[in-house]
Amino acid sequence: MTSEEIFSLLEPIIKTYLPEDVSAKEINRDSDLTRELNINSAHLVDIILDIEDVFNIEFKNDDMESLRNVNDAILLIQQKISA
Amino acid sequence: MKNTEIISQLPYSEPFLFVDEVLSVSEESISGTYTFHKDAFFYKGHFKNNPLTPGVILTECMAQIGLVCLGIYFLDKENSSANPTFALSSTEIDFYLPVFPGEKVTVLSEKKYFRFNKLKCEVKMLNAENEMVAKGTICGMINFKSGE
Repeated sequence: MTSEEIFSLLEPIIKTYLPEDVSAKEINRDSDLTRELNINSAHLVDIILDIEDVFNIEFKNDDMESLRNVNDAILLIQQKISA
Repeated sequence: MKNTEIISQLPYSEPFLFVDEVLSVSEESISGTYTFHKDAFFYKGHFKNNPLTPGVILTECMAQIGLVCLGIYFLDKENSSANPTFALSSTEIDFYLPVFPGEKVTVLSEKKYFRFNKLKCEVKMLNAENEMVAKGTICGMINFKSGE
């Protein structure tokens, strides 16, 4: 799966959990999920669980530490799909 | 971990402690009880001349037994020494029957998941007649001061 394909599946997941004051247009590769998109820690977990369902992969606690922006998520998904 | 030890580790005190006893606890579920004191502070104003337990207080009772007590049990199992703090992240509760001053309720909570410090449970509250008082889903985050 290309990173563009992953992004197209990831974007609607993130959109679901955006706070009302953040526009979906602000979701790009470099968006910091908590600092820029204002996603709280509880919704970050929701996003991870949705990603697991959509991509049929499993995240570990360590993975959370390397997850800051959208690109980090794409890289993690790519690693896990090909593993 | 004994059931009484769970209660001693709760971060609440009067007048905002809504747990009397933990009846049973496991990796999957917890049950506990609470009796609403007739002279609790909220009955004075909810409602005027018609004391009734507020839904938010029922929700709080469900969260303290169903999530926080269960969370304390999980952290003890993991041998976590860090000081945890608890934050309610979402609730979706339906209420079926009123709870009057002095009533005893039983809370039953089943874990849906506990992942990445987020605990999600299906929680029910029953009255002394075993009738459903309230039912719903509650989520909370367990944070560690040392990691923040």
